[in-house]
Amino acid sequence: MNVFDSKLETRGFIVTMIVLLFAIPMMNAFFPENSFFHISSFQLSLWGKYVTYAILAMSLNVLWGYTGMLCLCQSLFFALGAYAFGMYLVLHIGIDDVYNTPLPVFMDFQGYTELPWYWAPFEYAPFAVVASLAIPGLVAFVFGTLIFRSRIRGVYFSIITQALTYALMLFFFKNNLELFGQSYILFGGNNGLNDFKEIFRANINSAATQRWLFIASVVLMLSVYLLIAWVLKTKFGKVQQAIRDSENRIRFSGYSTSTYKLLIFTACAMIAGAAGALYVPQVGGINANEMTPAKSLDVVVWVAFGGRGTKFGPILGAVVVSLLKSFFLRAAPDSWLIILGGIFIFTVLFMPNGLVGLPGQLKPWLNRIRGNKPLVSEEASSPSVP
Amino acid sequence: MKLLKKLALGLSLFALITSAAKADDTVKVGVLHSLSGTMAISETSLRDILLFTFDEINAAGGVLGKKIEPVVVDGASDWPTFAEKAEQLLAQDKVAVTFGCWTSVSRKFVLPIYEKYDGLLFYPVQYEGEEMSPNIFYTAEAVNQQAIPAVDYLLKEGYEKFYLIGTDYVYPQTTNLVLFEYLQSKGIPVENIGGGLRRDASGEVISAGKYTPFSHTDYQQIVAEIKAFAASGDACVINTINGDSNVPFFKEIAASGLTADDCPIVSYSLSEDEFRSLPTKDLVGHLGCWTYFMSLDTPANKKFVSNFQKWLKKDAPSYVQKEGRVTCSPMVLSYNGVYLWKAAVEKAGTFDPDEVIEALWSGVSFDGPGGTVKTQPNHHLTKNVYIGETLEDGQFEILESFNNVYGEPFLKGTFLTEDS
Repeated sequence: MNVFDSKLETRGFIVTMIVLLFAIPMMNAFFPENSFFHISSFQLSLWGKYVTYAILAMSLNVLWGYTGMLCLCQSLFFALGAYAFGMYLVLHIGIDDVYNTPLPVFMDFQGYTELPWYWAPFEYAPFAVVASLAIPGLVAFVFGTLIFRSRIRGVYFSIITQALTYALMLFFFKNNLELFGQSYILFGGNNGLNDFKEIFRANINSAATQRWLFIASVVLMLSVYLLIAWVLKTKFGKVQQAIRDSENRIRFSGYSTSTYKLLIFTACAMIAGAAGALYVPQVGGINANEMTPAKSLDVVVWVAFGGRGTKFGPILGAVVVSLLKSFFLRAAPDSWLIILGGIFIFTVLFMPNGLVGLPGQLKPWLNRIRGNKPLVSEEASSPSVP
Repeated sequence: MKLLKKLALGLSLFALITSAAKADDTVKVGVLHSLSGTMAISETSLRDILLFTFDEINAAGGVLGKKIEPVVVDGASDWPTFAEKAEQLLAQDKVAVTFGCWTSVSRKFVLPIYEKYDGLLFYPVQYEGEEMSPNIFYTAEAVNQQAIPAVDYLLKEGYEKFYLIGTDYVYPQTTNLVLFEYLQSKGIPVENIGGGLRRDASGEVISAGKYTPFSHTDYQQIVAEIKAFAASGDACVINTINGDSNVPFFKEIAASGLTADDCPIVSYSLSEDEFRSLPTKDLVGHLGCWTYFMSLDTPANKKFVSNFQKWLKKDAPSYVQKEGRVTCSPMVLSYNGVYLWKAAVEKAGTFDPDEVIEALWSGVSFDGPGGTVKTQPNHHLTKNVYIGETLEDGQFEILESFNNVYGEPFLKGTFLTEDS
């Protein structure tokens, strides 16, 4: 079965694959530093970060764009994945030269002499990798079961997911948990986990490691894209979109909509967690700041900006918004908020289909200028918008 | 649309190449502070003082004959952004030095980047210590240049009970743990240290004092506890609460009838600059401890304050706030940092960070607004420490000064071992 909708999409996918998987890593590896074609490790890790953002945006888009659930805790799942993998990284820093301890410094500092039992398994890389998917998945499953069985929907769903991320943020900001008169060390409190040295026994700061992390992020992004494209063509995907359009009608037709929603919610949390696991070694740290409700709203902005309910929109939105922000933070450190805010307002007011809808929006207008053809309908001109 | 991505990549590459080929009669210097988000209220002042310092140095001929060209970036109170911008300053702009960061977590996020690129960062805000990166110079107050002198002063004044309260993060936790040990070494019994203790399974104290989350507002119960603690009349409070939580805390203290005479509160995170946005009414009479106060009556400080005001009126860029500006310790430590860097560069005869760091090790000094500061081999500064009493207008009246205090970052565990 062909998962792509059009020839353009197939070609675009292949070109992207070649460029991101081969051309860019090679430009980083083989061109000398002063060459025009050289891409610095800094650029590469920056783009690696954007790719993980894109995956996060895709996972929200599945929930919001295709299932109609505006989830405001997607960054939480991202951060949980990042924490799970960050725990592995922080346990492989090695002996600290000041305190002479194999423990993470913040533990030694608070008087702990051995690793608590709930930290111990994260020493093993396979466990950490699985956990970075399983933990967000588990949280989403438990929480989703409660929400969907109570048939919480619409704006109430959004509010309750926002409350969840806020609650866990407060928890992760704590240094210790007091339980039955005993103190349990948590996950680094406000400082979070950082200053990593090794990943899978390789130096985390070396150019080669950064390159592999970038490639891994791209592979994940392309796989998630294929997965979404495939699901959309299956019966499951059709039911999913029908839930978005009229949940009651679907339920009365005999589908258990809450099971569908729970499944999608859990799967998307796991995708976000995987993206988070790839994010943390490329950024070099994680703290509870990533769980603030504002971070999840950022993801909503990316999806809306790029084009909600389209396959390519979220990727474009995440990358373009991050690029713009990164650019203006340096170019206009005093007014970037106003500039970026202005761009968002413009998009909401004048580009209802986001960036990917722009060519379709402009087509009739262009035709009128050329003055030859009759107006082409929106749908025909932008086949990628379902 | 995929083209757009490639285009953007090409553009950033182009920017990289053009930025490399810039005039060489200037030297690029990074400024990495939060100009937006929750930390902007504090950090913007540091950006302003840095721009003032660069103008002052440039007007006097620059550094090694080159004018300073600041590259200002916004860390946006977001730690991954701090890391990204630090790397951009080092990898793309190739700055000779960076002045920046306020929160400990932002410093923790950029530290590996400065070590990776072998750069140089000056960090200007009082912090918990227990760190010494080869690529960072801490012009900030170490715990023994703020917390300990303040406690010495209170001990001298005859206070015997100490209540510890702070925001729950690493700076207050560490400071209080050090103070807990220090107070015991000074003969204060454990039951006279208030706020509560937490022990691990083996019974060892892992945390001392009372902690509230960021932006906490309800201090009724805690203040009732403090009032009971202070009933004996010889108690004081060590306050490491950060930011806006201080407003409800001091309101509640005032409402409970506790005055600065009954039970003085010494705060480590409130300087003149914070009083621009906090009501000072409830703080009058309570104490502060810094390595600089705006009210210092020395010719160097008078000149510094008036030059800054003049710069604000005449030369400051339009986005710098002009009205009601004050100077405070973190600002002066930023200012000192730039001059120390300049002195070290001139001593080394080069901008190369490695050689500048070596020059800093050898000890360069600068006569700053708060007195002479001198760099130490352990990446901290020897400086004067002052205790001040808060006045109605948000200034401090200086009560006591300690001269040339040696900055010591590693304190935890040092006091008790001496004793036992």
